[in-house]
Amino acid sequence: MRELTYNEAALEAIAEEMRRDPKIFYMSTDALPPLLKEFGAERVRATPITEAALTGMAIGAAGCGFRPIVDWRQVTFCFVAMDQIVNQAAKIHYMFGGQVNFPILFRAAVGGGTQVAAQHSQSPYSMFMNVAGLKMFLPSTPYDIKGLLKTAIRDNNPVISFESSRLMSRKGPVPEEDYTIPFGKADIKREGSDVTVVALAWLVHEALAAAEELALEGISVEIVDPRTLVPLDTETIRNSVQKTGRLVIADEAGPTAGFSAEIAAVATEDAATFGRLKGPVKRVCALPVPIPYSPILESHVFPDRKRIIAAIREVLEARRPAAAA
Amino acid sequence: MQSLSPNLPPDKQREMLRRMLTIRHFEERASADYLAGKIYGVVHCYIGEEAVAVGVCSALDRTDRIISTHRGHGHCIAKGADLNRMMAELYGRQTGYCKGKGGSMHIADFGIGMLGANGIVAGGISIITGAGLAAQMEGKGGVAVSFFGDGASNAGPFHECLNIAATWKLPMLYVCENNMYAAQTAAAATHALSDVAARAAGYGIPGVVVDGNDIFAVHQAANAAVDRARSGGGPTLIECKTYRWRGHTERRGQPDPRDRAEVEAWQGKDPIALLERRLREQGELDDAGLQTMEGDITGAIEAAVAFAEASPFPLPEQATDDVFAA
Repeated sequence: MRELTYNEAALEAIAEEMRRDPKIFYMSTDALPPLLKEFGAERVRATPITEAALTGMAIGAAGCGFRPIVDWRQVTFCFVAMDQIVNQAAKIHYMFGGQVNFPILFRAAVGGGTQVAAQHSQSPYSMFMNVAGLKMFLPSTPYDIKGLLKTAIRDNNPVISFESSRLMSRKGPVPEEDYTIPFGKADIKREGSDVTVVALAWLVHEALAAAEELALEGISVEIVDPRTLVPLDTETIRNSVQKTGRLVIADEAGPTAGFSAEIAAVATEDAATFGRLKGPVKRVCALPVPIPYSPILESHVFPDRKRIIAAIREVLEARRPAAAA
Repeated sequence: MQSLSPNLPPDKQREMLRRMLTIRHFEERASADYLAGKIYGVVHCYIGEEAVAVGVCSALDRTDRIISTHRGHGHCIAKGADLNRMMAELYGRQTGYCKGKGGSMHIADFGIGMLGANGIVAGGISIITGAGLAAQMEGKGGVAVSFFGDGASNAGPFHECLNIAATWKLPMLYVCENNMYAAQTAAAATHALSDVAARAAGYGIPGVVVDGNDIFAVHQAANAAVDRARSGGGPTLIECKTYRWRGHTERRGQPDPRDRAEVEAWQGKDPIALLERRLREQGELDDAGLQTMEGDITGAIEAAVAFAEASPFPLPEQATDDVFAA
């Protein structure tokens, strides 16, 4: 199969959908050259640097029958549009009793590893997971980003595509033929029997590397990539944890009230899953600091394969305390 | 401001009066029912400002789109919303415009181009600018109107959207209802310029100030702006100087720092009485005609209340419906 980068696969998804549906148009503070060349300045709009206005305008255009795509670029830039995202886009369908649909795709690069410091590196998806009315995903491979973006563009709701900055130039197989990936369907990136690692985006790849290394010692790691954050495939996660009895969660975001906390809750509040857990759940997350610039500092803040390996060893050694008689 | 030649057919003038009176009577009833505990939360009345919504909306087609504010009943009625479904929404019933999910601050009817009241000051401006972009891309000559207050004119989205609309020549009307107060704070204390319309110069678009209590003046300005928008000329900022007769909300016991003499002076400039007087001067309205009109309106409002009261409340479990579209 041919290989594309994560970024190329994303652009291909958007171009294919724009060819299919003339109601789709794209707004971003700089027009993406390949899209601009093919679709022209009416459908691929270079805008003033006003993310609040763009986000609100997308809502209005969507309510009038268009299918806008707003590229916020760095996720941190969308914080100036929080009213439009949280008060308007997320609530408008519900608040108006479902009168009309608001199909909007928002794109945002997340994560770090690119030495651009705190205002250009963040993984704030749990802030948005906390808001009812938004769907969102965070893919780890070129195949996944293409299939999920196509599903997002065809969805009738506001959807946020969180896209990993570190993975933009990473290559992977992408079939030539049309395909979509349904929301709410996790992907088991590696099967195993001793421990489940639920990981997102770049940390899927770090977890795969960790699993390779531990396989040499006879430790069998299962890696679950949820892919969509809302809706979340709790069933696949619980089934995996029930099978292995151990859970490590790896996330490039900080731990506090984060995606990792949600996964821990998914595993532990379900009686059947909780009953199979052989020890405590372990999270491998970024340190709770703004992302620093210097590579030495930045790589200290983020989790990596070494920390995943350490966490796996820790949960393998941990035991449930015997119940008090 | 007297004797501006209306140049409008008498039927249209009477329809304007009927809509203004409908807004006023609807809100008087909503306020009473709110104080009686039949309507919940908060109600913001538009009484005193009716000429703005009706003057502008009577320059629009049904397919043109508008967006409103937290003080939205007037814009809904001016655009032709159904009183039954409005009242049922205030009453929190299943048959309301939003199935009881929105209440007074979130009534919308996309079928008539009313893209919603909005509980966030300046929250609607960017949404309706997107509707203006949609109208431009549709290419059918549609226009979009943003209603907002003097308070919203200080918020970022106002400036961001005026710039985009001017740059892209979007078919937009930005209608500032300057009622001189943002909740309890005087506009004079928060605006460096006395006229919001003056800000249009910064975006290279026309900015006009009109007497917002003179429906003919409002209508004339709106017509000119609509013509300009439909013909590809781009947006216009219209500032309507008006006044809110009531407090910020209908909740009793709120502070209202406004000078009573100021309130009374503006009540003396009642936009409804002005139009009524002009219709009489033209010989197009008499006591009997007015009585019939008022009777029709109060009958329609009674019917709306009866409809709301007879309508079922939502089922509790319907709270989880409509978070997402299918």
